Amino acid sequence: MDIIKKNLLMQIADLHSTPEGAYNIRANGMLDSRNTTKNIDIVSKTDKSGIDIIIKPGTVNESVHIPVIISETGLREIVYNDFYIGENSDVVIIAGCGIHNCGDQTSQHDGIHTFHIGKNAKVKYVERHYGDGDGNGETVMNPTTVVEIDDGGYMEMETTQIKGIDSTNRVTTAKLGNDAKIVVKEKIMTHGKQFANTEFTVDLNGENSGANVISRSVAKDRSHQIFKSNINGNNKCSGHTECDAIIMDEATVSAIPEITANSIDASLIHEAAIGKIAGEQLIKLMTLGLTEQEAEEQIVSGFLK
Amino acid sequence: MLKLENVSFEVETEDSTKKEILKDVSIEIDDRFVAITGPNGGGKSTLAKIIAGIYQPTSGKIYFDGMDITNMSITDRAKLGISFAFQQPVRFKGLTVKDLITLAAGKKINVSDACTYLSEVGLCARDYIDREVNASLSGGELKRIEIAMIMARGTKLSVFDEPEAGIDLWSFNNLIQVFQKMYKKTNGSIIIISHQERILDIADKVVVVANGRIKQYGKKSEILPELLGRNMSPCKVLTDNE
Repeated sequence: MDIIKKNLLMQIADLHSTPEGAYNIRANGMLDSRNTTKNIDIVSKTDKSGIDIIIKPGTVNESVHIPVIISETGLREIVYNDFYIGENSDVVIIAGCGIHNCGDQTSQHDGIHTFHIGKNAKVKYVERHYGDGDGNGETVMNPTTVVEIDDGGYMEMETTQIKGIDSTNRVTTAKLGNDAKIVVKEKIMTHGKQFANTEFTVDLNGENSGANVISRSVAKDRSHQIFKSNINGNNKCSGHTECDAIIMDEATVSAIPEITANSIDASLIHEAAIGKIAGEQLIKLMTLGLTEQEAEEQIVSGFLK
Repeated sequence: MLKLENVSFEVETEDSTKKEILKDVSIEIDDRFVAITGPNGGGKSTLAKIIAGIYQPTSGKIYFDGMDITNMSITDRAKLGISFAFQQPVRFKGLTVKDLITLAAGKKINVSDACTYLSEVGLCARDYIDREVNASLSGGELKRIEIAMIMARGTKLSVFDEPEAGIDLWSFNNLIQVFQKMYKKTNGSIIIISHQERILDIADKVVVVANGRIKQYGKKSEILPELLGRNMSPCKVLTDNE
């Protein structure tokens, strides 16, 4: 693996060497390397591009890394990954996509991830998106995540897009059974002329199901962001969605939260706040000896931490 | 150490008229512990912000250790050795107590360093070090963290704007000790804006600011008896016959 690919891997998965446990590394549209364990199997799809990740019931304290890296300009791909998380398991899945585009053509990765989370299973899903390269070609990522959580299941989804993605359309849908919970933490920073659209739709179908969708974003330069979240309370359930955005320069941000209660016992809250960095925050850090620029950087990096 | 020469500060009010908040203030402060007191709206906080560089005076000069700092930015004054504790501390989403204390110290600090500063202000580091300085902290907790940051800076001059405001009685007793300790341990100077007799009582000198001017400045033994004995009512009592 060359230095560019290694750097992408480090950015999206903190991987300095081969990961422990199960992994599947996809580079420039091909399988680079794979490892399976006694409890976690990874199988290539035969009808389309992608893999099935099968986690046996009762698998605990194991992790799966499935990074995707693209360093060829003009490569466009659609990848279907299906996760089958067995009952009573407790696992961490680290996905992510890094694109290095130093050419003139658009490089694009569209990942369609479907999670089938079994009864009382617990999953932490971490997804990081990153782009670099000094070419004129665009870097595009459109992740779609479809989640079905069976009774008592839990999913924590942490998605981060910090740098270098020119255009993204992120769509996440989730359907929850009885006592199932989902927590989504999204962090996005856009700069230049970038565009980011994120949409969350959560159907709280089960009794005592719950959702917490939290988005924090920073829009710099002339970038544009749209955040949509839609929580449907179809049973006795609790849902909370929160969008908190910092705008800078000439950036624009729209937050469109929607909550629908279809049950008398549904309890739903939405919160959205957009604004520039408060002047008093800058002043406070300047009284500690930071320049205005340094203060701004600290505030932004803390906000997206 | 600090000298203000004919400092005035004007603001424009909503109806576009000018209001003078500080009027031709001249004062030289050389003592290590000076308390500034006076009625609300008299210009005390403005004076403190003028010293920290948050406000630029409309006219006049400010000198720090003989250097003209009138046109210096907040950052440059901070680097020169001026610290300022806000009356209403600022909240930050995402930045933790440790982040802020580290920024204040200006260098990487370890947990035990942070612990020293926090325990000085009566906070257990274990409970606070990783907390975000956001709305989940109470006003009193924020005030203590604000003071811990000033201690971590350890600069030549520390200016506190009403450190006692929003702090409960128990914490207030400790606060007095914090300032006494700071006075004994460090070589820096302290300027505290305060309404509290017990804080004024531990100062070397007391300044009374009212209506944008320095009304009195002197040893606490000279100022305090008069200040505490005086009827502070702004007008005479109205009766039915008037």
